[in-house]
Amino acid sequence: MDETLLVGDRKIASRLIMGTGGATNLEILERALVASGTALTTVAMRRIDAATGTGVIDLLRRLGIEILPNTAGCRTAAEAVLTARLAREALDTDLVKLEVVADERTLLPDPIELLDAAEQLVDDGFTVLPYTNDDPVLARKLEGVGCAAVMPLGSPIGTGLGIRNPHNIEMIVEQAGVPVVLDAGIGTASEAAQAMELGCDAVLLATAVTRAGDPERMAHAMRLAVEAGRAARMAGRIPRRYWAQASSPALDA
Amino acid sequence: MQVWINGEQRELGDGARVRDALAALGAPENGVAVAVDGEVVPRAEWPSVALADGARIEVLTAVQGG
Repeated sequence: MDETLLVGDRKIASRLIMGTGGATNLEILERALVASGTALTTVAMRRIDAATGTGVIDLLRRLGIEILPNTAGCRTAAEAVLTARLAREALDTDLVKLEVVADERTLLPDPIELLDAAEQLVDDGFTVLPYTNDDPVLARKLEGVGCAAVMPLGSPIGTGLGIRNPHNIEMIVEQAGVPVVLDAGIGTASEAAQAMELGCDAVLLATAVTRAGDPERMAHAMRLAVEAGRAARMAGRIPRRYWAQASSPALDA
Repeated sequence: MQVWINGEQRELGDGARVRDALAALGAPENGVAVAVDGEVVPRAEWPSVALADGARIEVLTAVQGG
């Protein structure tokens, strides 16, 4: 079983992608990241603050975790493109998790701005991983403009409501020629396993770990869940049956 | 001359370059990116690109998020 995730021409050594948002401090974050076994982790781009400096970059580099900058907070394609270019300059990476959200209340992607930004960034040489709605049509269009992955939400960011429309995720997986990463909405380990059982290539989560009672322990649980879900998917589950089927031989008459 | 660095007004000497704005902020040169009036200024051009009076300079880095 090939455990390497291929995004563009990059090999990512874990199928659990972590976010760094929500951790109380860098020490707790470090323990959670190590327990998760992640090889790729998101950061946001913000005005530099003299107090915090470049601490999170230093941490990820020390742990040997590849950095995936996001465009969180952007509402338009123009804002997202500028943020991605700043991230490339600051972090020396062409990877970007493209987020263009419509409003603060839902944090749902704005599909029109998202597709526009994706096309511009692909043309500018970025390896684009878009955070998208669980919409098979939009996912296909994002792949069509050259995105290296598609990252549909399970439910809105930070809600922990799990995967609200598993059938949509299955349809996205079924037609995708690039990796599908379940991004947003995961609340607990069974939901991460479910994403992998549905055929996703990876899971991206942050809040479920960073705001858990014990982030380090939940990170470990998520690692096991992603591995278990992937193994179950690759093994091929039994078909669902209406009536019972004995698993022991019948008694001799 | 007056410029805006991360939303705060600051006084820089005439002829100041992008690098001088970073120094005024006390920002490190690694792990940051700079936009002037909405356009990215590549690191290699920080010593040479001159700032205009009233320029809006944004200095960004990576923080916890996503």
